Amino acid sequence: MTVTRAGAAPRTSWLRLVLVTARPALPRLLVSAVLGAGAGAAGVGLMACAAWLISRAALHPPVLQLMVAIVAVRAFGIGRGVLRYLERLTGHDAAFRALVALRVRAYRGLAEVAPGGLAGFRRGDLAERLTADVDAVLDVLVRVVLPYAAALLVGVGSVALAGTLLPAAGLALAVALIVLAIGVPAVQAGAARRSDGRLAPLRGELATHTVDLLHGLPDLTAFGATGTHLAAAADADRRLRAAGERSAATAGLGSAAAVLVTGACVLAGLIAGAAAVRAGTISGELLAVVTLTPLAVAEAVSGLPAAAQRLAGARAALRRVAEVVDAAPPAPDPADPVPLPAGPYTLRLHDVTAGWADPAVRGLDLTLAPGRRVALAGPSGAGKSTVAALLVRFLDPQAGRVTLNGTDLRDMRGADVRRVVGLLDDRAYLFDTGIAANLRVGRPGATEAELWQALAAARLEDWVRSLPAGLDTEVGEHGMAVSGGERRRLALARLLLADPPVLVLDEPAEHLDEPTAAALTADLLDATHGRTVLLITHREADLSGVDEVIRLPGR
Amino acid sequence: MRPLDPRLLRYARATRAFLALTVGLGVAGAVLVVAQASLLATGIASVFLDGAVLSPALIAGLAGTVVARAAVVYAQERAAARAAAAAKSQLRSRLLPHLVALGPGGMPGRRTGELSTLTTRGLDALDAYFARYLPQLVLAAVIPVVMLARLFPADLIAAVTILVTLPLIPIFMALVGLHTQAANRRQFRLLTRLSHHFLDVVAGLTTLKVFGRAAAQAATIRRVSDDQRRVTMRTLRIAFLSTLVLELVATLSVALVAVGVGLRLLEGDLDLATALLVLILAPEAYLPLRQVGVHYHAAAEGLAAAEETFAVLDTPLPGYGGDAAPPPGPAGIELSGLVLRHPGRDRPAVEDLTARIRPGEIVALTGPSGCGKSTVLAALLGFHAPAAGRIAVGGADLAGLDLAAWRERLAWVPQRPHLLAASVADNIRLGRPGATEAEVRAAAEAAGADRFITALPGGYDSVLGDDGAGVSAGQRQRIALARAFLRDAPVVLLDEPTANLDDATAAEVQASIRRLARGRTVVLAAHRPELIALADREIRLGASGKTATTTAVPA
Repeated sequence: MTVTRAGAAPRTSWLRLVLVTARPALPRLLVSAVLGAGAGAAGVGLMACAAWLISRAALHPPVLQLMVAIVAVRAFGIGRGVLRYLERLTGHDAAFRALVALRVRAYRGLAEVAPGGLAGFRRGDLAERLTADVDAVLDVLVRVVLPYAAALLVGVGSVALAGTLLPAAGLALAVALIVLAIGVPAVQAGAARRSDGRLAPLRGELATHTVDLLHGLPDLTAFGATGTHLAAAADADRRLRAAGERSAATAGLGSAAAVLVTGACVLAGLIAGAAAVRAGTISGELLAVVTLTPLAVAEAVSGLPAAAQRLAGARAALRRVAEVVDAAPPAPDPADPVPLPAGPYTLRLHDVTAGWADPAVRGLDLTLAPGRRVALAGPSGAGKSTVAALLVRFLDPQAGRVTLNGTDLRDMRGADVRRVVGLLDDRAYLFDTGIAANLRVGRPGATEAELWQALAAARLEDWVRSLPAGLDTEVGEHGMAVSGGERRRLALARLLLADPPVLVLDEPAEHLDEPTAAALTADLLDATHGRTVLLITHREADLSGVDEVIRLPGR
Repeated sequence: MRPLDPRLLRYARATRAFLALTVGLGVAGAVLVVAQASLLATGIASVFLDGAVLSPALIAGLAGTVVARAAVVYAQERAAARAAAAAKSQLRSRLLPHLVALGPGGMPGRRTGELSTLTTRGLDALDAYFARYLPQLVLAAVIPVVMLARLFPADLIAAVTILVTLPLIPIFMALVGLHTQAANRRQFRLLTRLSHHFLDVVAGLTTLKVFGRAAAQAATIRRVSDDQRRVTMRTLRIAFLSTLVLELVATLSVALVAVGVGLRLLEGDLDLATALLVLILAPEAYLPLRQVGVHYHAAAEGLAAAEETFAVLDTPLPGYGGDAAPPPGPAGIELSGLVLRHPGRDRPAVEDLTARIRPGEIVALTGPSGCGKSTVLAALLGFHAPAAGRIAVGGADLAGLDLAAWRERLAWVPQRPHLLAASVADNIRLGRPGATEAEVRAAAEAAGADRFITALPGGYDSVLGDDGAGVSAGQRQRIALARAFLRDAPVVLLDEPTANLDDATAAEVQASIRRLARGRTVVLAAHRPELIALADREIRLGASGKTATTTAVPA
């Protein structure tokens, strides 16, 4: 069920997405990077100054000669903590600003494709998934971009400093930094990828056994089959453990390389420095500086491998967000929309073939004349909900036309179509707020009297009056604080309040128990009397109250 | 969060060896750092002050310590990866059998999905705990001790300075942490509300679109996210104080030590090699403590998973059932004064139910949704112990029977049967593990499943996806019925086997049930009148499970 162009790469890369959303926060990001570099530089400066101070002191000069270095060492000591604190605050603030921008962008993208959605984004966990994925921008900015930017500044500065004192030491430091910043993360990423490649299929196998065991526990217990399945899970676990222990061989390579490179750099500084001192190219008190400074620089960039690892996970999340932002809407608004024709309204399907992916309905003709009540019946999978999506222009037909008073829906804005055609389906959502606020989604300015009127029409007036908090009663998360039947009736009241001339009722009683379903359907037809209604149902019992029944063949 | 839960040592024995090894490697690493620092200090001092040439032995020694340090780091990470794989496997191999022994619904208040996530991906979060946090914790304890042991004989004043300032780090961290926690608690509710609001809007997107309110909500998203940013930043300003304190104490102490050493060197109280040694080792003493905080979050996730695992393992097994063999022959079932209670609920699911089911009788359990029909069937399966009253089969109390032996005489078709990720034939064979292919086929034919199974690309060998992905609700029921046919048990329990099926499919399933019921005792939870009509007698449960009336179903 995908509406992205198959095989086409998203127009927006994850990087572009980050850049675009981070643009308003760019000055703050720069400030944060500079502060971070300052904190790193304070660490390096502390070591370099202290090394010089101690070497100089060994020559027993007058203490005044050391005053500048003493003050500098203390200042660096205070500066690093303060700068780091400020860096983290500005960096997080900037990243959260980018997050706000990305959320709005992702929401807009999602609003355009809803409810068609994307492959992998059709489940109920869509919202949570998207929220978590969008949050990845925080990771990218705070844990990847800023540390790398700061490390780059510190690295360049340190190399310049060491190079000025002794070119060979500068060169050694430059090589070491390149290995630490690029080589080590690459080695670690490679090791992780190989290990994942080995472990992923085994993890999948274990997950399958676990799902069978735990989700199927009632069935397996009832049939006395838990023993064999536990054994199978234990076997999968044993193989996963063995593979995990084998993969451990590559785990420490990156860190070991980092230690080696840092040590080599220090050693190179010492050897080159000693030679230069003996040759008289540099003064003796600088030997400690060129030898020991790399230790502090290595510490300043020690977080980079972890940063690079973060990037891999965050990148995958942001790619999914880019997919949402980029998804082609299943029913795009025309560039030059035709205004809504005047009522009364006749909706017509002309030889329509349509579906979210493969056609679910083929060659369907259907006319919904003003005031007519038509039922669309058929087994599940016959494409009934596709028809509903077509009529509210969530979806455009693959062949044929859908018209409103003769105008093709494709020439109108989707939002305009939905002012005429209202939809009630089993997914009608109640927001986690009060009854009144939920009803006013249908008509924002509705008076209290109008709310009661709609509730009465949906046969909910007595129930709401009996509630201690009345109209302000909270419906709970996903409306879970009210029963399934009440949830549907509240959704109906909301739709009646919006008062669209044409109503599409798509399996309004789905997932309700039989008596509740029968009562709801009867009340629905009652409450919508005199309006144009298309009732989509697989319940034969519902068909008696309508003027006309259209049957879709099963597939 | 406790840094090291003693239960981890108990339940995951691999942790013990790992901990011992980590301490050993930590000491070795620290000794190598000291050796490297001594060599560097001696080398620099000899070249600078004495104009000596770097001795090849010193260079070789330095190179040797660097290589040895790299080897220690590698061994540490490798051990961590191995320990993580082993510990996860050890926890899993306790967790799964315990969950199975707890039985269906054995962990009230925990969704099955959460538990299977915990068993698989949840425990994987322990990787970070083993690889980063735990070793860092050990190093934070070991390294300062080794550093101080070397510094005390070298320079008493520097050693005392470090000894006094080191404990300030955990003390200040704890103080800031306490304050942050209080602030977090204050902001937590607000933050949860804000992020929940975002989720709510995204989840209700289709509904918003139906009512033309989707675009307007983008502004709400921006406002809510901006509020969230402001609230979060307020918390972070305090939380990051820990960074400030940490860096300030660590870096400023190093600065003070360096300046102090320099001044004493100036006075001639100290030699250069010792001063340089102090300068190199002082930051090393603080480094592990500073880095403990870095891995805190990753570790917290792993520890949370471990704690959830311990919570499951510490849940006592129900101890329902006994070891008496169920009485032979066709068993009647007697329920007397039965009270069933869902754990954690005030109202009993079934209250004071007394009924008798004679051998060979078909009895329908009826009543509105939520009246406890499924709960009664679960009690008959021995899934839950009654809160009061008793269930007797053939005159013997179920509480004293070997439940596995009792279940061998039951066949059960739940409302939503679980399909295993195995072949269709193996799924049916759950009813009788040793059944031949012909027997499986006969059972499938009796259940009306043979036709669709043979139409599958792989026939009976078709492997189903996780929990029967791709199988329709009707096909799922028929596979479950085939299990029951194959089971050929004297007692059959059916839980709304036609719920959520369309009329035509329901009729076919009913015909199979009629065949299955012949010559068996059948208890049938039912809604649909057609299904109730299959029964000889009806036991009607009241809305709250309070009253139960027994009536004969008119033939």
